[in-house]
Parts: sequence; C-alpha cells; structure tokens
Amino acid sequence: MFQFYFDLPLIVRLVVQAGAVILVLFPIAAACSMAERKISAWIQGRPGPNRTIAPVGGLLTPLGLAGRIPFLGPFLQQMGIFQLAADGGKFTFKEDPVPGHVNKFYFVLAPIIAMIPALTTIAVVPLGAYYAVINGQTILQPIVLANVDIGLLAVFAVSSLGVYAVILAGWASNSKYAFLGGVRASAQLVSYELAMTLSVLPAFLWMNKPGGQGTLSLFDAVQMQSGVWHGLSMASLHGMWGVFYMPVSAFIFLVALFAETNRAPFDMPESESELVAGFHTEYGAFKWSLFFLAEYCHMIIGSAVCILLFFGGWNLLPWIPLTTLIDWLSHVLPFATHPLFMGLVGIGIFVGKVFAFIFFFMWVRWTLPRFRYDQVMHLGWKKLLPLSIANLIFYTLGIALMQK
Amino acid sequence: MADLFFYTFATFTVVCAAAVVGLKNTVASALALLLCLVGVAGVFILLDAFLLAALMVFVYAGAVVALFLFIIMLLDAQGGDRKPFKKTAYVSGGIAFALLTLGVLSFWKSGAQTTGVLGSSIVPVGATLKNYGEQLFTTYLLPVQIVGFLLLIAMLGVIVLSKKFEGLEDIK
Repeated sequence: MFQFYFDLPLIVRLVVQAGAVILVLFPIAAACSMAERKISAWIQGRPGPNRTIAPVGGLLTPLGLAGRIPFLGPFLQQMGIFQLAADGGKFTFKEDPVPGHVNKFYFVLAPIIAMIPALTTIAVVPLGAYYAVINGQTILQPIVLANVDIGLLAVFAVSSLGVYAVILAGWASNSKYAFLGGVRASAQLVSYELAMTLSVLPAFLWMNKPGGQGTLSLFDAVQMQSGVWHGLSMASLHGMWGVFYMPVSAFIFLVALFAETNRAPFDMPESESELVAGFHTEYGAFKWSLFFLAEYCHMIIGSAVCILLFFGGWNLLPWIPLTTLIDWLSHVLPFATHPLFMGLVGIGIFVGKVFAFIFFFMWVRWTLPRFRYDQVMHLGWKKLLPLSIANLIFYTLGIALMQK
Repeated sequence: MADLFFYTFATFTVVCAAAVVGLKNTVASALALLLCLVGVAGVFILLDAFLLAALMVFVYAGAVVALFLFIIMLLDAQGGDRKPFKKTAYVSGGIAFALLTLGVLSFWKSGAQTTGVLGSSIVPVGATLKNYGEQLFTTYLLPVQIVGFLLLIAMLGVIVLSKKFEGLEDIK
C-alpha cells in the first residue's frame, strides 16, 4: 500500500520525514505555551483564558468551525483552545520593532539560533518501535530519524549550543538587564551540564556489559528497560525502569534538566522580578515568541531523553513492555503486529509520558519560588556535582562487584 | 559526494578560522571560532570519527566557547575592538603560514606513493565506542595519564588562586 513511498529516493524520504517531525513538534511547542497559561491559572485558583472564540470570518477555518459545534465548542472555549490561535495570530502579525540601540545583525540572529538546536536534536530521539522483517527474521526496530550509535552524546552536543542564543540576545540587545541575563545564562548552563552528563553515566554502565558492543544509543537504553517478570531474581531487573534502580541519577538529571531549559526555579537568565525580562527584554512580537517556542522544544526533548533513560520509553508499565502489550492485543485485534499500529501505540505511550513530564515542569514552575543566583551556583557546584560523582563511583563499584 | 562535503566543510572551516583572526569585534571572533569548531566536527564525521565529532561540538563548541564569551563580556560589555596588527605580527604570521604549508606539502609528497594503502586497509579507530575505549586504555594509556595529570595540576592551581586566604598561616 505504501510501496510508492519507499520507491522515492532516500534523500526525498528523509526530507519528508524530518519535515513531518518538525511539523508535529512545532505546534506541540506552541500548544505548550497555552497549556502553561491554563495550568498556571488552575494552580493559582483562577479560570485562565476561557472567552476567546474564533470570529465569524474564522468559520472558514477548521478551528473556527469546531468552535460553533454545540457542547464541544463551548468546552473548547472553556479550555482556552482558541486563545492559542489568537496568540499565534497576534505574534505573527503585530509590528516587530527593532530598538535603535541594538546590534542589528546579532539581534536578529539570536532567535534563529535558538530554534536550530531545539529542532535538530529530535533527529536522534527514538519515538517508538515496530516489528520489521529483515532477512526472514522479525526484529524490533526503533522509529527514529537517525538511529546513531552515539545518540545521547549527539543530543547533549547539539542542545548545548542552545546557550549561544541567550548569550547573543543578551549581548546584542545592548542593554544592562538583557546583558546580565546573558552572562547568567552562560555561567548557569555550563555549570549544570557537568552534573547532567555525569548523572547519565550509570545508565550506560548498566547497558554496556563487558564483552558487549559499546553503545550510547537511546534505543538500546529502552531495550534495557523492556523485559518481563521472572519472579524475584536478577533477571527481573531487566524489566524494571531505570528510575527504580538509579533514583539518584534520575533525580540529578531532572534537576539539571530544569536548569538547562531555563525553567523556574532556575530561570536566572529571565528572572522577571530582577532583570525586567532578562535576555529578551528588548525583543517583541515574532522574535520573542521564537525564544519561547525554543524553550518548549528544549523541554519536550529533555523530557523525552529523561523518559528514554529512566522511565521506560514506550513501555507501558514496568515488566509490561510494548512487545508484551502487542502480544496481548494481537489476541483481540488481528492487525496488532502491523508496523503502523504498533508504531502508533508506541508513539502514543511515549508522547503521553512526555506530556506528563511537561505538566510536571509547569507544576514545579508555578509552585516553587526562584532561587537566588548564588544559590543556583552553590547547588550546582557544591551539591549536585559531588552527588553525581559519588553516584557514579557507587554504581561503578556496584556493577563491577555484581559481574564478578 | 564525500569529496563535495569535504571541500564544503574544509572551506567553511578555513574561512571561519581566518575570520577569528581578522574580525575587529572580539565577540564576533568568538562566534567565528564556534563555527570553525563545528566545521572541524563536520570533517571528523566524514572521517567516520562520530564520537570525536560529538565530543568536539559538546566540549569545545558547547562549553569552551561559551566560557570565552563569558570572559569577553565580563571584561568589556561592548565586546571591545581589537587593536590593529603590528608589523611583527604580519611577519611572524607569514613565516608560520609558510612553515605550515611546507609541512603539509612534505606530507603530500611522501604520501603520494602510499595513497593506495591509506584509503582502504586502515580500520578507523574512532568509529565505534568500544574500539575507541579499548585504544584509549591500552595503546594510548600514557598520553591519557599525562593529560589527566596536567588537568589535576591546573585544577589545583585554580583552587590556590581563587581561595581567599585569611592570613599567612593558611598558606603554610
């Protein structure tokens, strides 16, 4: 049925796939900004955006039509769905001012640089798995744009370039507040990168047993967490999620992730109570919204990596991996093992977990107060870094003793 | 195809490297250095050294240049303008360039007879992680140890320099 697609040249298929992933990621990031407004409202005990509705002319668009359906329309209006379209329209069409005192070239470059690493990293993140028949054998294959051996390192490498957007924006704005935000960002992001990198090493120590093929692949990280229940024995460890036998690693990774994505309580570069709006003080309209889309893209990809490493990826529950689930379903549905169905189930579970994480991010932001700058540095260098080194040594010794 | 990529990345790297030296604004120079490092990572990928490429971007492009920018901004908020080069700088630059060209030419001259061997029979050491790790802990153990020791000395130096000593007693 889909043979015509596989007859296309490889480069065309890759471009189509990459475009499809970006076309999904981009609106989700935009929808996150809407979710943030609604969730912050619920947490603070107010209704949040609940009145916006598409104008009469909007009837021509699908969203405008949906707003006029009885029961569903008012419900969507209550949920603030149309505010998303209104926001998007506003940011796209309003005047885009460039202040006279900025360094124009770098000022315009900064939001573009913000988007590039945010959208690039998704290429090496596997989103699900399916059964493929290769040379007569049925093998589980990841759904991923580029299945590379150094997956995790590639994510870290490219996402670490995101800091330049903030530094450049702060510097090019030629304003004291923006500049302070940029300087803070460069110090903070470099500090927490260390703890983050050290915290994921135990996961790969578990994966790369002596004699095995050394790998940093994110697909293998999920395979490591997809086993079935074997009773109370070492074999059952295989099906457990990383967070249960590496709780400290998962905790350090999560805290560092908050710092790396500039989310509260670590939003030092922004800290609106001290620096007006930090690095984006001088930005408005579409350029400003690009910074925010990049932040949400970083959150989505950071959550995705955290889920792949510590929360079982596309496996439904511990000891119930996707393959077992598909086995059960295949008793009821004959087409359960079809790559399309299996892929959709895997992606559905995975994206559901990502949304849960995004909710957690927002929950924390609207619950905890912001750290002071010296507290951020103190926490990063004197608490998290020693803790992650101790954690690494503990697992190195533990794994060495277990395998003896 | 690989040739085309090589020439693209090589030209990109050299142009960016020239920009690092030539640009007037120090922040612009640091950004050119960033692009130069990304270009080098691209060349590494063409050599099948994926790990090295990722580390290049992660460590140098991601962290070291960010620190450079941090220092530049801390010292001078405007990024600062560079003083024009002196005559000695031009002369020494010219000599260095000539020596480098000579060195590359000599490699090319001696390598011309053995090109057939180079391309095919040597397995890329950095291609897989396992291979890379094994080489690092067997063949190249001594350099790794020496570099580690250098880093330790640098770390101790930083601690001594940045620690605020209360009195003369603490130093002893």
